[in-house]
Amino acid sequence: MKTSWPIGALLGIACLILGGLMVTGDAQPAVTMANPDSVGPRTLEPQTRAAVVRDYLAAWQSLSLALQENNPNLLDADFTGIAKEKLSDTVAEQQKLGLKTLYQDRTHNINLVFYSPEGLSIQLVDTVEYDVQVLDHDKPQATQHIRTQYVAVLTPTEVRWKVRILQSSPE
Amino acid sequence: MNLRFAFVLAIGTVAAMTAQAQTVPLEWPKSIEAGSAVSVPAAGNGKAVLYIVGPGQALRHEVQLGEPIVLAAGELHNAGHYGAFLVGPTSTQAAEFDVTPVPQPATLSFLAKPSRLPVDLHDGISGVAYMFDAFRNLILAPTQVSFELSEPGETAQTHTAATRHGVAWIRLDSAPKSGAAQFVARAGNITEKRVVQQVPGEPCNLRMSARRSGSQVELQTEPLRDCKGNAVPDGTIVTFIERNEGTESTVDVPLKRGVAQTTMPAEDGATISVATGVVMGNEIRWRQ
Repeated sequence: MKTSWPIGALLGIACLILGGLMVTGDAQPAVTMANPDSVGPRTLEPQTRAAVVRDYLAAWQSLSLALQENNPNLLDADFTGIAKEKLSDTVAEQQKLGLKTLYQDRTHNINLVFYSPEGLSIQLVDTVEYDVQVLDHDKPQATQHIRTQYVAVLTPTEVRWKVRILQSSPE
Repeated sequence: MNLRFAFVLAIGTVAAMTAQAQTVPLEWPKSIEAGSAVSVPAAGNGKAVLYIVGPGQALRHEVQLGEPIVLAAGELHNAGHYGAFLVGPTSTQAAEFDVTPVPQPATLSFLAKPSRLPVDLHDGISGVAYMFDAFRNLILAPTQVSFELSEPGETAQTHTAATRHGVAWIRLDSAPKSGAAQFVARAGNITEKRVVQQVPGEPCNLRMSARRSGSQVELQTEPLRDCKGNAVPDGTIVTFIERNEGTESTVDVPLKRGVAQTTMPAEDGATISVATGVVMGNEIRWRQ
C-alpha cells in the first residue's frame, strides 16, 4: 500500500532539523567590518586587520566550545590574561552547578577602534548577535537571542593575536 | 549528518522551543553595578530555578516563587551582558541585563614604551593606560587619566587624556637632558609609575687629534658629547681607520672617561679617519 506523507508533517520535520542546526551552531556567523576613521596612534595595515579579525572570530568559536563542553583547555589557543581567567572561572562555575551553555554567534559588526603606539594591543568594538541555550544536567531549560556590544582587547603572541579582555557593554 | 543525530538535535530544539513558547518577561533591573546586591520580586507560587548566564559568570539558584530573589553583594561581579531565566513548574520568565563596572578605578594597567631611548626625541615615549575596577572589569565610561614625565630638577611634562572604551594614551618627547625620568599615570587616587632611561643621542662633532710616539702615532678623540651636550656613555665603540697605499687597518676602541684613544703605525702619507655609529669624524693625513 502506498503511504503519502502530509505536507504539513514534512514541513514540520524540516523545521525541526533546521531548528536543531540553528541551536547547535553549524552555521558560520555573518561578519561585517566598519571602516575605522582612525585607530589612534598607529597605522593599521590590512594584513594586521585581517589577522586580528580572524583570530577574534576564532576566539568566539573557542569560547562557545569551552562553555558547551565545560573544558577550559579549549580557551588556551585564543585567550590570555584576564579574559582567559574569567572565562575559565565561568567554565568552573558551570561544572560545579551542572550547567552547560550553548553559544552560537550569528552576526558580528566589528569596528577596530584603537591600535596602541607600540603595537602591543589592539581594541575592537563588536556589535554581536548570538543565541544562548542553557542546559541543566544536559536538559535544555531556555534559549535566548541576544544582541549586545562587546569590547575586546587583543595582544600579539608568537603566532597569533589572543583576546586579553572580552567584556560586553550596553550599546 | 546522520538521521539519528538530526533527531537528537530536533528533540533538543523542540524542548527549547517549548520552553520558549511559555516564556514571559521577568521583572529584572536592566543594569546592575558589579558587586551590588540584588533583590527582585518573583511572582507566582511554588519552586523555581533561577539561571543567570553569560560568558562572564554562571549562577543557579533555587528560589521560592512569591518571595524576593536575592543575590548577595559580590555575587554578580563580572561586567557583561547576561540572560536571567526563572524556570518554574508551568512557565519560564526571562530577562536580559547588564552588569556594569564600578566607576571608581582600582587598578591601572600602564604600559610605557620604550624603557630606554635617546634624548630629545619627538614623540619618542608612549604611554597606554587601561583602567579597571576592583573586580578587574574594564571601566568603559570616559575617565580622566593624567600622564606626567619628570626628571629631577626639570619641569615635568603633564598631559591629561580621557579614556575611550577604557583606554587612554599619550605620546611625549624625551627630555634634552639624559637621565632616568619618572613616567607616571594617574586616575583618581590610583598611580602607576614607570622609569624611562633617557640616554645621550649620537655624538656631535667627533674630532680626534694625533701626535707622534716613536714609530707610532697616538690618536685621541675629544670628549664625546651629543648635540644637546650630554656626555656619550663609556663603552661606546669608536673606530679608527688608517688607509695607506691600498691597505687598511682598523681599530675599534671603547670610549673610556668620555674619550677614545689608540696607537697606529705612523706611515708617511697615511690617511686616518674616525667614526662612531653613523657619525663620521675628522680625517688626518699623516706626514713624517
